[in-house]
Amino acid sequence: MTDDPTLETTRGRLSALARLWPFARPYRGLIALTFTGALLATLTQLVIPLVIQAVVDGPIADGDRAGLVPLLALALGFGLAEAALFFLRRWAMNISSLQIERDLRDTLYQRLQRLPIAFHEGWPSGQLLSRATTDVSTIRRFVGFGAVFLVVNLITCAIVGVLLVLTYWPLGVAVLITSIPLTAFGLRWEKRYNAQSRLVQDEQGELATDVEEAVQGIRVVKSLGRSRLVFGRYDRKALRLHDLQLVKVRTLAQIWCLFEFHPQITLAVILVGGSLAVGSGALTVGGLVGFVALFTVLLWPILSLGFLLAQAQEAASACDRIGELLDAPLTVTDSPGVRPQQVGTPARLRFESVGFRFPGAGAAILDGVDLDVAPGETVALVGATGSGKTTMTALVSRLLDVTSGRVTLDGHDVRDLPLTQLRGVVATAFEDATLFSMSVRENLTLGRPDAGDDQVAEALRVAQAEFVHDLPWGLDTRIGEQGLSLSGGQRQRLALARAVLGRPSVLVLDDPLSALDVHTEALVERALRDVLAETTALVVAHRASTVLLADRVALLEGGRITAVGRHTDLLAEVPAYRELLSSESELGGSANLGDLSEVGSR
Amino acid sequence: MSTASPAGPPSGTSPSGPTPPDTSAGWRGVATEDDDDLSATASSFLRGRSRQLLGELLRPHRRALWVLLGVILVQNLAWLAGPFLIGVGIDVAVPALLDGDPWPLVWTTAAMVGAALADTVLRYRFLIGSGRVGQAVLLTLRRRVFTHVQHLPLSFHERYTSGKTISRLTSDIEALAELLDEGLDGLLTALFSVLTIGVVLLVLDPPLGLVALLGFPLLFLLSRWFQRNSTVAYRRTRQTIAALIVQFTETMGGMRAVQAFRREPRNDELHAQLNEDNRRAHHRAFWLIAVFVPLVTLIGNVITVAVLGYGALRVMDGDLAVGVLVSFLLYLRRFFDPLQDIAMFYNSYQSASAALEKLSGVLEERSVVAEPVDPTPLPSGSGAAAGEVVFDRVRFGYGAATVLPELHLTIPAGQTVALVGATGAGKSTLARLAARFYDPLSGQVRLDGVPLDQLADADLRRAVVMVTQESFLFSGSIADNISFGRPDATRPEVEAAARAIGAHTFIAALPEGYDTDVRKRGGRLSAGQRQLVSFARAFLADPAVLVLDEATSSLDVPSERLVQRALQTLLADRTALIIAHRLSTVEFADRALVMDAGRIVEDGSPADLVAGAGRFADLHRAWADSLV
Ligand SMILES: Nc1ncnc2c1ncn2[C@@H]1O[C@H](COP(=O)(O)OP(=O)(O)OP(=O)(O)O)[C@@H](O)[C@H]1O
Ligand SMILES: Nc1ncnc2c1ncn2[C@@H]1O[C@H](COP(=O)(O)OP(=O)(O)OP(=O)(O)O)[C@@H](O)[C@H]1O
Ligand SMILES: [Mg+2]
Ligand SMILES: [Mg+2]
Repeated sequence: MTDDPTLETTRGRLSALARLWPFARPYRGLIALTFTGALLATLTQLVIPLVIQAVVDGPIADGDRAGLVPLLALALGFGLAEAALFFLRRWAMNISSLQIERDLRDTLYQRLQRLPIAFHEGWPSGQLLSRATTDVSTIRRFVGFGAVFLVVNLITCAIVGVLLVLTYWPLGVAVLITSIPLTAFGLRWEKRYNAQSRLVQDEQGELATDVEEAVQGIRVVKSLGRSRLVFGRYDRKALRLHDLQLVKVRTLAQIWCLFEFHPQITLAVILVGGSLAVGSGALTVGGLVGFVALFTVLLWPILSLGFLLAQAQEAASACDRIGELLDAPLTVTDSPGVRPQQVGTPARLRFESVGFRFPGAGAAILDGVDLDVAPGETVALVGATGSGKTTMTALVSRLLDVTSGRVTLDGHDVRDLPLTQLRGVVATAFEDATLFSMSVRENLTLGRPDAGDDQVAEALRVAQAEFVHDLPWGLDTRIGEQGLSLSGGQRQRLALARAVLGRPSVLVLDDPLSALDVHTEALVERALRDVLAETTALVVAHRASTVLLADRVALLEGGRITAVGRHTDLLAEVPAYRELLSSESELGGSANLGDLSEVGSR
Repeated sequence: MSTASPAGPPSGTSPSGPTPPDTSAGWRGVATEDDDDLSATASSFLRGRSRQLLGELLRPHRRALWVLLGVILVQNLAWLAGPFLIGVGIDVAVPALLDGDPWPLVWTTAAMVGAALADTVLRYRFLIGSGRVGQAVLLTLRRRVFTHVQHLPLSFHERYTSGKTISRLTSDIEALAELLDEGLDGLLTALFSVLTIGVVLLVLDPPLGLVALLGFPLLFLLSRWFQRNSTVAYRRTRQTIAALIVQFTETMGGMRAVQAFRREPRNDELHAQLNEDNRRAHHRAFWLIAVFVPLVTLIGNVITVAVLGYGALRVMDGDLAVGVLVSFLLYLRRFFDPLQDIAMFYNSYQSASAALEKLSGVLEERSVVAEPVDPTPLPSGSGAAAGEVVFDRVRFGYGAATVLPELHLTIPAGQTVALVGATGAGKSTLARLAARFYDPLSGQVRLDGVPLDQLADADLRRAVVMVTQESFLFSGSIADNISFGRPDATRPEVEAAARAIGAHTFIAALPEGYDTDVRKRGGRLSAGQRQLVSFARAFLADPAVLVLDEATSSLDVPSERLVQRALQTLLADRTALIIAHRLSTVEFADRALVMDAGRIVEDGSPADLVAGAGRFADLHRAWADSLV
């Protein structure tokens, strides 16, 4: 997370870039080509003036017109070579950096899909998005440009530095010494810059989160007329980002100026030192001219080091941010050596003294839940709002993992089954009907891409979702983002159809009929009965009508199952159950049937 | 649009013509979509529009930009002074020193240090100044697009999808940031060098200068080619990025379903495909620049050789001094190098301009549910509504199909109306019209006699509040979420609202009570708890007309009862439209309506309807039976 204190220790280090190596490795040939191209181009640039020199000293001096031709051809050749090398560098760089970007983003996406739900609940969505887009692109820019020139320029500096020392060592050493404060200051500023770009990147993530919420919650914003409030929140963050950016700009300007100031001052030092040397006869005027000429080659490489290092720092903190996701532990995975086990259809589902506690939360939500669902049996799970029903259902397909006890299918701990097998065996209809922007068919066959048309038709029939045939393109109609172009009940029925498709061994339905009108509900129930007869099912229910689908009912209370039995028996024997589900309590408010006495005494 | 046709063929549809269904990727399904591929005229129209937007954004900073231009000019002079001064040093100061006169050396050195200082200070000013302008422009743009998007109607959001809007507000704005970060500096410096050196070249030797300028027609053609192709290429990158963002946000938003249904491998494939499309689109754009920049270099080098050859001949003929030729060639190099910078700037500009096209497109969207220019005040005068709601011959449908054929309904102020009916009958649609999420196709919805489209937005929202079927919570504390209904509410008022609907108990039991962060979309809470919070939010807003769309569907029965009792008190003097499937919610209403296929088929008091033989009685019987 963004305010994790351990981050401080990892900040300000370019070593974070080492993380990129595995991604760069496959393209090392191309990367080498990029470097070679850049280096050779730099060399060619040095050669062209020499050719001009040769023309002036040779043909022009001699008046030799014929001698001009080969030299011109040579100059043309080098000119062509320079352009060709530029092209080579850019070409190789494009291929490698774009592929690295692609691979990195794919890896990130794949990793995120496999990180547990608990992880996703803790992370603001915009932070994930900004990492997958902005940060990955930052890295691509660095790999494709900064990294290459950082190295090329450092090499140029080193070579020229050696040449300077060779030309006239006292002056050469003096120049090298002036680079010490440059390095010292530079490093300090770079470190600060790294911290600041991290802040900027985090704030960009925050802003993305705000954007996402404002856009996705637009109905709430509109219905309460709170655009101004939401804008105010966004604006505060945008302003903060603006200010942080300006702080970053200031540091960058300082770095830049330092690297621009330094070579010019060094030039002055060279002039004074060189003149004195010439005065004392240690150096010829020609030698001084050569020395100066050599040093001017360095002007640009030194100057550019400033922003290249800054770019490297930005890439490093982007790497850190991405690393936080790639390093997040995959807590819900196949344990080593799991093999597919024999799980029957229908299977026996057991909760054995199951406990669950959300990470960081105080009290356990579930504490010693025991429940045995026989093969083919349907058990309704009943409990007050917030009692942990949804949590309990999530344990079956390991969206969450128990913190104590175990959940078993046909005697196998669900953690001993391969995840793909487990999630193939268990199908869930969630309380909020998540639909994706895809065709109806694709939405239905989410978990079973191989399902045939007859299976789809049957699932649609069971969920009374045949209305899809009336959509403009039938099953091929794309249902809008989150299925919002459907009504609430239509969405819920599609989610139900998705779960019952292909008759899973274990069916988990979380309040599957809450958005249906009474008639449709009755129709669905009738059709669902056949399905439930053949699979093991756990059905979360708030209403008596849904409870009636089940063979037995389990009452979840205070983190444990306090009563299991038939609906009518529980109504008769368990006061807490009666309070939750009796028809009197549901009818309590009605003028003609009312009895308010028991209500509200939870 | 881009989301639908990652590999769609260009088809150049006219903006007004019917758009063909898009069938490029089977899994996405079919939908009518507006197409992003454009004819040539549309393309230049778009470019003009994005240029105009950029101009608008920069205009307020005109003065600052002129100052910056001045600064960068002087700074460039100072930068060029260094090498010149050292030449002077070697030619003048060293001989003087050898003659025993140290002063020229002192002066030259002082001048060099002075030039370096001036250069550094000016460069600093420039960087800070251009940073300020750039960030100010981005902030303005962020504010503008965000506000604009917020005011666009739901029909826009449904058509455009949140993923695309998000990508406009994040990735596209950042593309412009890149231009402002990197481009301006390089461009100004480079333009300056090219202009001054161009003049110097022509002055130095006009015939050679003309040869040097021979390259320009070529450069012009080259940049025309580059512009034409890169416009298309960069436009494409904006689409592919948006498609990636759409895929990403949808996956992350539906993670439970993704994992439970083992969607990961398929999603990996789809993402890889979109990612690869994006890589290709970028590759295409970068390929163009990889050709463009070396060609600029090549033209420069060829011209250099031509100048060298022509110059050498003229020197041999005695028309030209060697020194002039040599300095001419040196300047020529300095002339062509900045052209590369300009090419790079041009490239960033093309990329930003594609993003600006998309942004200006969003900004051009006009709200079809716009606030009236000259709003009618509510008749009560005090700004508070009485709460009479009238649907007058309202016809409405989302697309081709009509959902509400012709709706007549008068709800007197203070009446509590229950609305029941089969799923998909159009109940939510009716509710959305009452809250003016959409405007009717024909007919009018009126509040206290004033048509909704003539009410000021603030008046309307104060008067009518709707609790939607999806209870969306924002990340932030519970208190923040509740006070979303009335931002100036005090903590006791927030707590009172929560208490009234029976949410206080569970909130108080949370580790940090009202300050508990509910996380994204309220994920920290159970479904029922989320509904309670969104209920409390509406309760606190305290409107004259309350619209509840299945606001208690996920609650357990006792909690629902508590909410209903709270409602009975709350609604005593308020208009309410309550949509519910549980008839217990309906029975305390003054009036019940049964809706079927967009029409109201029964209307009366609940007791009368139950006693009758119509659908409501049917429903009621079925429901009572279902309770066992
Ligand atoms: N990520 C989380 N971290 C901490 N606590 C959580 C988290 N998610 C849910 N809870 C808490 O766990 C409890 C159980 O939630 P759960 O969603 O399982 O309830 P539920 O029985 O399904 O309720 P409902 O009937 O309203 O759907 C609730 O009190 C909720 O506040
Ligand atoms: N945003 C939308 N765009 C296009 N069609 C829509 C949209 N919202 C709803 N519809 C369609 O309009 C019809 C009426 O939908 P509406 O949401 O009003 O039904 P409802 O009566 O509220 O049903 P439910 O009880 O299931 O919520 C349905 O056929 C639905 O598919
Ligand atoms: Mg739940
Ligand atoms: Mg509805």
